[in-house]
Amino acid sequence: MKPASFSYHVPTSVDEAVALLAELGPQDGRILAGGQSLVPTMAFRMARPTHLIDINGIAELARLTAGGGIVTVGACVRHAAFDSGTLPGATGALLRKVVQNIAHYPIRTRGTFCGSVANADPASEWCCVMAALDGVAVLRSQRGTRRVPAAEFYQGVMATALDEDELLVAAELPMLADDTRTGFVEFSRRKGDFAIAMALVAYRLEGGVIVEPRVAIGGAEPHARRIAEAEDVLSGQAPGAAAFVAAAEAASAAVDPMEDINNTAAYRRGLVRTLTQRALESAE
Amino acid sequence: MTERREITLTINGTAHKVTVEPRRTLADVIRDDCGQTGTHIGCEHGVCGACTVLVDNEPVRSCLMFAVQAEGRSIRTVEGLQQGEQLHPMQEAFMRHHALQCGFCTPGFLMLAVGALEKRPDLNDEELVDILSSNLCRCTGYENIIKAVRAAAADMKARA
Repeated sequence: MKPASFSYHVPTSVDEAVALLAELGPQDGRILAGGQSLVPTMAFRMARPTHLIDINGIAELARLTAGGGIVTVGACVRHAAFDSGTLPGATGALLRKVVQNIAHYPIRTRGTFCGSVANADPASEWCCVMAALDGVAVLRSQRGTRRVPAAEFYQGVMATALDEDELLVAAELPMLADDTRTGFVEFSRRKGDFAIAMALVAYRLEGGVIVEPRVAIGGAEPHARRIAEAEDVLSGQAPGAAAFVAAAEAASAAVDPMEDINNTAAYRRGLVRTLTQRALESAE
Repeated sequence: MTERREITLTINGTAHKVTVEPRRTLADVIRDDCGQTGTHIGCEHGVCGACTVLVDNEPVRSCLMFAVQAEGRSIRTVEGLQQGEQLHPMQEAFMRHHALQCGFCTPGFLMLAVGALEKRPDLNDEELVDILSSNLCRCTGYENIIKAVRAAAADMKARA
């Protein structure tokens, strides 16, 4: 089908964008960034925004920077930006692993990191990264700027702390120490489909044992989150089959999986176990 | 509320001045308003890849972009691949390797493969297959499409 009519606005600055959003947000105005989720839902007429505020012309939002221990991802940074070797360290290596799993190449050239974060699909890889790394959503409105940690930002299936007059101007990812090992594995039935579940792990070794473990699960529950029960199992253990199997078991027991027409909760719980173990085994 | 905008789309180097509603997708405007019907429309929601075109040399789904967003950008479609009487190496390879049956998905595959290889001429087999998984061929002629793109990759490198 074809999208329904809307009025089109092209701000050239963030100030202009949030001014438009303050006026049009309450009238079902929406931000248009990459459009790779919004436009299909408009084509299905599941979304019928009366106004679209296209932020692609705002130069400052296209910036991807690393400095002061933080990767800052501007609102118009495309998925494909993470494909190249430009981001340093363990965080750059992790994001390169993750991006390969996002949809397909022509979607990655348009879709944006922050668009995925704001859309908050349970199966979004970037939402899982935000949860795993304790990312921060930077929200701008005419009322000011709020920095909301991932653990508070995500509230449910496609539900976030974003108010209707707020623009997600950037996502901030605290950088991992350079010697951090990371692993990411997801499962979908066809290449490029939405994942049924995914696991992201990160840890360091000190004196031969695991320190600062992170285990995040996405796709299984209404929103991605860190699983403290699995992290506690890993902490202080030597990396290897015994610790990995125990952590995977703990993650599987801790989640409260969603059900849909193709996947029962028990199936997703099993996937969480398998994917957590694979992510830990593949971490490097 | 049906506002209309006058925009100029540059398709294969030719300027097309058109007046469109913002809700019109780039795919529809390329076909209906600019008369370039080589770009095909399959699913209209970004799944099949039949409408893939190059915008500033990046492969994009033209059904997931509004035409008003493409003003000032360089758009390339299947009509722009042939130079005079000379087919593009990718088009030649598709013929030679029987990489099309009904031909509906072909323009999308051609633009996807050309866009990817212009950017990264040294794509390995695994990367090529990964990129070609973006588009659907309902005749399921994937093996021959992969063969053709592999052959064209070598040809494009030799001619570069």
